[in-house]
Amino acid sequence: MEKRSAFNHRFLPYALLVPQLAITVVFFYWPAIQAVWQSFLLQDAFGLSTAFIWLDNYRDLFSQPDYYQTIVTTLVFSGGVAVLSLSLALLLAVQADKQLSGAGVYRTLLIWPYAVAPAVAGVLWAFMFQPSLGVIARILRDDLGIDWNPLLNSDHAMIMVVLAAVWKQISYNFLFFLAGLQAIPKSVIEAAAIDGARPARRFWTITFPLLSPTMFFLIVVNIVYAFFDTLGLIDAMTAGGPGKATETLVYKVYADGRLGGDLGGSAAQSVILMIIVIALTAIQFRYVEKKVTY
Amino acid sequence: MIYSENRFPLFGIMHQADGFPGVFAGENIRRNDMSVRGFMLGMAAAVLLAAATPAHAVVELQWWHAMTGGNNDVIVKLAEEFNASQSDYKVVPTYKGSYPDTMNAGIAAFRAGNAPHILQVFEVGTATMMAATGAVKPVYVMMKEAGETFDSNAYLAAITGYYSTAKGEMLSLPFNSSSMVMWINKDAFRKAGLDPDKPPKTWPEVFEAAKKLKASGHPTCGFSNAWVTWANIEQLSAWHNVPLSTKANGLDGFDTVLEFNHDLQVKHLANLIELQKDKTYDYSGRTNNAEGRFTSGECAIFLTSSGFFGNVKSNAKFDWTNAPMPYYPEAKGAPQNSIIGGASLWVMGGKKPEEYKGVAKFFAFLSDTDRQVAVHKASGYLPITKAAYAKTKESGFYKENPYLETPLLELTNKEPTENSRGLRLGNMVQLRDVWAEEIEAALAGKKTAKEALDAAVQRGNAMLRQFERTVTK
Repeated sequence: MEKRSAFNHRFLPYALLVPQLAITVVFFYWPAIQAVWQSFLLQDAFGLSTAFIWLDNYRDLFSQPDYYQTIVTTLVFSGGVAVLSLSLALLLAVQADKQLSGAGVYRTLLIWPYAVAPAVAGVLWAFMFQPSLGVIARILRDDLGIDWNPLLNSDHAMIMVVLAAVWKQISYNFLFFLAGLQAIPKSVIEAAAIDGARPARRFWTITFPLLSPTMFFLIVVNIVYAFFDTLGLIDAMTAGGPGKATETLVYKVYADGRLGGDLGGSAAQSVILMIIVIALTAIQFRYVEKKVTY
Repeated sequence: MIYSENRFPLFGIMHQADGFPGVFAGENIRRNDMSVRGFMLGMAAAVLLAAATPAHAVVELQWWHAMTGGNNDVIVKLAEEFNASQSDYKVVPTYKGSYPDTMNAGIAAFRAGNAPHILQVFEVGTATMMAATGAVKPVYVMMKEAGETFDSNAYLAAITGYYSTAKGEMLSLPFNSSSMVMWINKDAFRKAGLDPDKPPKTWPEVFEAAKKLKASGHPTCGFSNAWVTWANIEQLSAWHNVPLSTKANGLDGFDTVLEFNHDLQVKHLANLIELQKDKTYDYSGRTNNAEGRFTSGECAIFLTSSGFFGNVKSNAKFDWTNAPMPYYPEAKGAPQNSIIGGASLWVMGGKKPEEYKGVAKFFAFLSDTDRQVAVHKASGYLPITKAAYAKTKESGFYKENPYLETPLLELTNKEPTENSRGLRLGNMVQLRDVWAEEIEAALAGKKTAKEALDAAVQRGNAMLRQFERTVTK
């Protein structure tokens, strides 16, 4: 006989949902709607004068060549961060999954960077790479003969912010990969070993495919991270410079809105970003739905 | 798994450590800066203070500022002295973060209807504040209404001009003012065979000196500067009496058009591009983050704010001095006069008359000659009244500390012209970033000096038009 819990109150389920819904409305829908509304307005910083200008903010945005440059920069940055942080984290996780003495310490140390605030990490890395005083900059210049100068060299600046962002994200990826690896049945791998498959082959033909749902989830999360959560890092390290070499979309939202007082234009950019993240999430859901069973 | 057991206690400890200082909340509230925690403590303390306020009505005046370290101490001391000097008003200073943070906090608070009475705003925020009719109370109006004695002629024109209307009506009270000077490492000069008591006066002399310095143990930096646009566009133009922007650099109207892409500025940038190639000149970023290159001895000539004084005094382990900014000898009438940097105090609008009376009293208190002299000597920031300057001079203070007079000599070098009274450009914070972007492209060899400045002017003008659109609607 099947036992079912019965809800006699028709409204109880809704009442139970209310707190969560309230939070979503207050912290997501309300500000999101405000951003959409703001993006149609032309307003001074103090909110003293407001004019409704329809899509002028969007038109201005797409008529700026800078904006397209910023999109390209964002893609390069996000791609670099996702590829590097995922591959390094996977490598570390595979190593940590082995039987090692002191594995606990090793794992804990790997997880630490995740607890560091982005701005703090930014200052830390900026200091290490600071051309005249930084430890790493000194090694690069004195021992390797590289004229390290992220203040003027766009490539150096980009490498620097990518490295810092990767360092921040490895911990998170590491955790998920490790959990993913531990969920793979040992018997499958042992069977392959008995059949004579070498470790590299076992990894690529068994472990890696079985990790693919984790991998895909992490790709989406990492891209979202690189798109949005790296604002503090970039602000502390390069402030988007030199030129606009490290200005990503989210940094431009911040710079135009907060430093430039152009709330309408900044809101328009946020709306575009919001559309991008909705698209990314939709892709994630579709993919995870199809691939979640193996 | 071991690691999960390791992790949670760790977080527990961190959490405790984080909560710990809360116990001492009341004591060092003003020194607690930057963090959200500091803010929360401030809120808690404010609530406590409000609860503890005795029944007889003391009018509280909120003062939001951006000063850290020694300058924060100066602010706290000024407020304490004022509060002790009378019993009707109580000035409550609150640290709000960096200059842009403080300004944004003030703007956000105004939008939310709880702006402070006094807001410290850096000089580049002047146009934004001024355009906000109704959000701010002009100082000259407030002083008049409150019946405080107030004579705009008592203030140094070179300083108040930046914060006054074209008619000379003071909109905000200058608080901490500085100007740009050239800091010099005298030991390095001696080593390079240069005379440390005759610092270079002109740009060509600076370039020559920098080459010698570079050859004698400064391979990565002959000379440099902080605040790249302040030094190489804003001060450069004023010091050579050439316009940066039409309409008296924006002082006479928001329809100002940038025009700093002419001979002098282009020539100067071209020189820097050439010297950057072998690091006779080496770029130090958009702000003053890299001022340590001077105090560490890496750069022996460094142009930055006169407010750098306190830092040099406590950190430089060599013999140092400063000198006026260099100029191009072929430029007619150069040097003219420099312009100021720093911040002023704005009075926010929509407050009660008795509160304005208190603010007016406080401003009169700040302008007092002896107090100005004391603050000037303690902080290195410039005195704002003529009497305070004269008194410091008479006391012989500058004989012992000539580097504190350098910025004053620059500012008062000549009667200010349309090109050297100051700047009033909307969106100035971001304008500076745009100009810096172009200069960076030029120094990296991607653009010529002329191309970079043309682009800076063009992009800047687009931003000025955007600003004009928002304020004239």
